[in-house]
Amino acid sequence: MSALVVHAVALDELPVLEPRAWRNWVKGELLQGSRPVMLWGRRVDAGVEVSVALQRADRGLDVLRTTVDPAHGYFALTEVALALHGCERELHETLGVRLTGHPWLKPLRHHGQTQAEMAAYPYYRLDGKCVHEVAVGPIHAGVIEPGSFRFQCSGELVHHLEIQLGYQHRGVEALLDRGDPRRAVPLVETIAGDASVAHAWATCAALERLAGVTLAPEVELARATLLELERVAMHLAGLAGLATDVGFVPGASTYGRLRTTAINTTMRLCGSRFGRGALHPGGVAITPDPAAVAAAVALLTAHGATADACFFGSRVVQHRLQGVGALTTAQAQQIGLVGPAARACGVALDQREGAGGAYAARPIAVTTEPSGDCWARARMRGRELTASLAWLADAAPALTAVPARQPPGQPVGALAPSHLVLALAESWRGEVVHALETDAAGRVVRHKVQDPSLRNWLGLALGMRDNEISDFPICNKSYDLSYCGNDL
Amino acid sequence: MWKLLQLRREQGRQAIPDLRAARPEGFRGLPVIATTPCADGCRACVDVCPTAAITAPPVRLDLGRCTLCGACAPACPTGKIAFTPEVAMAASRRDDLVVTEGPPRVPEVDIGAALRRRFGRSLKLRQVSAGGCNGCELELNALANVNFDIGRHGIEWVASPRHADALVVSGPITRTMADAVQLAWDAMAEPRFVIAVGACAISGGLYDGAPGVDRGFFDRQPPLIYVPGCPPHPLTIARALLAALARER
Repeated sequence: MSALVVHAVALDELPVLEPRAWRNWVKGELLQGSRPVMLWGRRVDAGVEVSVALQRADRGLDVLRTTVDPAHGYFALTEVALALHGCERELHETLGVRLTGHPWLKPLRHHGQTQAEMAAYPYYRLDGKCVHEVAVGPIHAGVIEPGSFRFQCSGELVHHLEIQLGYQHRGVEALLDRGDPRRAVPLVETIAGDASVAHAWATCAALERLAGVTLAPEVELARATLLELERVAMHLAGLAGLATDVGFVPGASTYGRLRTTAINTTMRLCGSRFGRGALHPGGVAITPDPAAVAAAVALLTAHGATADACFFGSRVVQHRLQGVGALTTAQAQQIGLVGPAARACGVALDQREGAGGAYAARPIAVTTEPSGDCWARARMRGRELTASLAWLADAAPALTAVPARQPPGQPVGALAPSHLVLALAESWRGEVVHALETDAAGRVVRHKVQDPSLRNWLGLALGMRDNEISDFPICNKSYDLSYCGNDL
Repeated sequence: MWKLLQLRREQGRQAIPDLRAARPEGFRGLPVIATTPCADGCRACVDVCPTAAITAPPVRLDLGRCTLCGACAPACPTGKIAFTPEVAMAASRRDDLVVTEGPPRVPEVDIGAALRRRFGRSLKLRQVSAGGCNGCELELNALANVNFDIGRHGIEWVASPRHADALVVSGPITRTMADAVQLAWDAMAEPRFVIAVGACAISGGLYDGAPGVDRGFFDRQPPLIYVPGCPPHPLTIARALLAALARER
């Protein structure tokens, strides 16, 4: 069993239903406790193939497909599964599928002046004597990615925040759909450049399943080590950012300094501070250095504990983060939050739970926080960081070099023709989803990607309601979402 | 209070006393290409490169396109290509980023005497991400943390382009950010210059020719400093800035 959730199905065994029956099946599965994972489309001769992936309570995936005439479309699933609102907006925007009953088909990505449809969806606006509007972006006052935020406020109070993204749209899926085996992993490493290992692993796992390749446990261990180091590094970066935004300087400098230790350890293992180039289908290129990993983990654990005691113990920090940007468990489930943002709302969702491979011998316990506010999200990151460090301390001594099946850049082997594979990896931000489909000749013809950011941006917008506009920086930082990951 | 003092004690003193002397352990940096002849008709390194950074023979590797993924080194049957931990890779002339066969040659960063005189003691940077994946952005931010502490050399990030001397661009420049990048540049006072950080910004990198990319800005405003990498190591950026400000002369 793999450390990731991987699901493969031959296309001739994939159920294809009429749109109405397909929609009823999804509705039925959701009522039985399945969770929407992803919905995506692909243009074919007969119209547009729309696929939906659901996850059952036992972590297994179900995929079901329908073919629609884009002009006719179907009755939007967003009505029954709000979590799919982004997927359906994307389907409408990119493939022109008509979606009856969708509450808000505003294009998911701003494409500039060439986009006629955007004019039909101006920013929501409140009118009134005491109402004012604040526009932020696309360039922000920091070294960060661009996006546009529009606040409707009375005084300091935010009634509504609308987030309009798309400024980072590079067209990565169009490049991935060309199916060049040399470029798949390098490209997905830059989908959200701070979650390179998670995206690379999901792509590798999907390609390996298509090629029928099983890897040595040592490869999985090395990949999981890099993934947990990435989690540690980015949780430290997030806590440093939160500490900066609440003006707690010792936290900002310490968490920032510890992140350097974490990513330098990744560099010791694979040559890149972000794990770039380490994973490739069929293997992992690391120079194992168990002593260096153990030393770094010991330092991070010791100094991290001091920093946590200062940061989370500070009354100023508690006062600033508690009760700010809160969502309820019901809201989180309804909009389909994933990752630490969901767990901070009491939703126990983590693709590493019950996972096999590198996580079977050293399971990671899924923890949650009840309050759903910035404090809960900060606490989640602190706790996950500690859990990952404990995992690394346990796993590091077993790191060994494994000769790759074939050098990087070479195809992993002949891919199964006419197959669909989904792979889910739990990045530090939440689950990344990759769906790869091959044609009759075994070429990749569709590579659909979903970064957790697509699911979580709405959480930030909802959480801002009835908060003060000055709470926005800490709310934004507490989610720490990717703009590129949303814009693709 | 005692915990805070403990935190301060654990932080210790300046992590990197001299940014120019620091050598990151294990870093896959500046490639070197041996002069041993290629096998007849061999194009293994060219075929394996995801960004078409390599041409052969003779083997030439364009750091402006290279993502330092390292795939070419094991692909070469004669082991001609090797990656060193050298961080100094930035250049002021685009052509200088091309690594040729022979001993390693550290390219030169030179922004000209007038700019060096003006900004030698204080350089304010405004960064714009235009399709940057947060790799370059994190490393640019890291430049100012307590480890690298670029602020000690009078180099700082500023929030407004009005206060900036140089525009640091990361990402291939998406169509949707093309106007914003130009607006930021137009808001800056003379004298000013552009720094391109990362393979995406220098050449488009993996996104060269991607449907969402518009690189017209760089045609109008060629960068004075190219900082290669995917993303560049903070020391690569630091070395480039210090060399530009003549701190290495």
